[in-house]
Amino acid sequence: MSDTAEYAETAPPGKGDAAPAATGGKASRTPSPWRSRLYRWDIKASPYVFVAPFFLFFGAFGLFPLLYTGWASLHRLELTNLDDSTWLGLDNYTNLLQSEYFWNALGNTFTIGVISTVPQLAVALGIAHLLNYKLRGSMLWRVAMLAPYATSVASASLVFTLLFAWDGGMVNWLIGSVGFDPVNWRESSWGSQFAVSSIVIWRWTGYNALIYLAAMQAVPHDLYESAALDGASRWQQFRHVTIPMLRPTILFTVVVSTIGATQLFGEPLLFGGTAGSKGGADHQFQTLGLYLYDQGWINGHLGRASAVAWLMLVILLLIAAVNMLIARRLRKDR
Amino acid sequence: MKTRPRGQKAGRTMHAGPFTYVVLALFTAVSLAPLIWTAVAASRTSGRLAQTPPPLWFGGNLFKNLERAWTEASLGDAMLNTTIVAGSITIGTVLFSTVAGFAFAKLKFRFSGALLLLTIGTMMVPPQLSVVPLYLWVADLQWTNQLQAVILPTFVSAFGVFFMRQYLLQALPGELIEAARMDGASSLRIIWHVVFPAARPAMAVLGLLTFVMAWNDFLWPIIALNQSNPTVQVALNSLGTGYIPDRAVIMAGALLGTLPLLLAFVLFGKQIVSGIMQGAVKG
Repeated sequence: MSDTAEYAETAPPGKGDAAPAATGGKASRTPSPWRSRLYRWDIKASPYVFVAPFFLFFGAFGLFPLLYTGWASLHRLELTNLDDSTWLGLDNYTNLLQSEYFWNALGNTFTIGVISTVPQLAVALGIAHLLNYKLRGSMLWRVAMLAPYATSVASASLVFTLLFAWDGGMVNWLIGSVGFDPVNWRESSWGSQFAVSSIVIWRWTGYNALIYLAAMQAVPHDLYESAALDGASRWQQFRHVTIPMLRPTILFTVVVSTIGATQLFGEPLLFGGTAGSKGGADHQFQTLGLYLYDQGWINGHLGRASAVAWLMLVILLLIAAVNMLIARRLRKDR
Repeated sequence: MKTRPRGQKAGRTMHAGPFTYVVLALFTAVSLAPLIWTAVAASRTSGRLAQTPPPLWFGGNLFKNLERAWTEASLGDAMLNTTIVAGSITIGTVLFSTVAGFAFAKLKFRFSGALLLLTIGTMMVPPQLSVVPLYLWVADLQWTNQLQAVILPTFVSAFGVFFMRQYLLQALPGELIEAARMDGASSLRIIWHVVFPAARPAMAVLGLLTFVMAWNDFLWPIIALNQSNPTVQVALNSLGTGYIPDRAVIMAGALLGTLPLLLAFVLFGKQIVSGIMQGAVKG
């Protein structure tokens, strides 16, 4: 019976006795019973038909692999012998947790994540604020800011690798010309992590600025007016009106960037050149994403790689939980 | 959030001072400089790029380097492959997202809420979680190095479905569908004559965003394909890992791999920008 209520909005003619009043006018056409049955069937089934292709692909290439990775992580599964898998239980996981390279990769992912996400979002907020003024050629500015987003991880990383080169690199030349010693951007630990982060920052700052700008434009105008009436300066308006109103959006970008940072892969791979999957000679910028690739496709331990993947998911869920806690805390504070 | 009268444009309309322009120009320079410098480096020789100071203006080797990247690093084949891959993914994503988004926005059916939640929830699952099984699958089907191995796993997109749903919620009046139903139109006819026309602007934006994403996809293509049948990103990866150790040719490759997207930005920049801003507010 709930059907009647549910479909009332789009009640078709010939829905039967359920809604004679609504379709009374059209009833005079009296469709043949066969047609009306077909019609009813169409109404009922078509939503499922419409979402089916998405869920078929999604199930096959998204959901099923997700679970299968869990299964594979409990087995010894080697790249050289894909048909053979032996049950290991949690061995892959305990081995990982005892491996110094896993912890190293986790630490690197964290530090690179922080030094790429925090400046990126802070600068994006500032740029968005500027873009929110009435500007000449406002669309031109936005498109120019977004141009790095069009550059692929691979292209951007190749260019930055050259910019950060020891010999003839633009960055070392610039810091040399202001009187500092050149930095070995590939071998030093903090230098290489900074270089990798700069690729991320460059590619995504403009994108995040646009997201903030969109949110700023949705802030009601009168809030600023009343703040101005109360004598708030521009900075105080930004601090006490814009930022609080943007809080959900900021949280959204923090979550999205955190997910991105956890998966960081292409930038360090290409920045490392021939030692790419190791993340440099001393693993100094090997991220979790790289570690997974290194374990799975360079060393050939697919079962172990699957365990890394599941640990990444656990870490993401933890981060999401922490984010939620912080968000709730912030809401209470207001 | 407070409600405000519809149609009234919200936000500040304060005029920008010279300081704003200076800072914005600075950031624009930072945004564009690496791109421009890619072209500068691609027009030089490898030897010149190893010298200090680095070249700041164009040299005469651009076409020679582009040609070497095109042939020796098989960037030419790679670009054809990537066009096929990104094109197919874009068509699949836009088509299926529109149809599924329409169902979620305007049709009532059992479990629709739960299915939508599932769709959104999995947007957060990292791609690393599926590469091992996908690889086993592809190896089993003997699809390694074949383009369908890259196309099919990304043929639909949860973001796309959500994006189209949000758009169609407001852009497609319920009365329009109702009227078509009254006239006895089948669901397929409604999709074709009512939904697609109403969704066209959003379909274009989603298509652009999907194309950029598919063109730049990295992790899965470098696992599923190798240098014998690469996408642009796979070819660039092997360029970067010493396949051709010539810096100028590497930069020519980086330039070639980005050029089609930069062209798309010049032509459709406005749509791409507004698409991202739209997706952001609603997302």
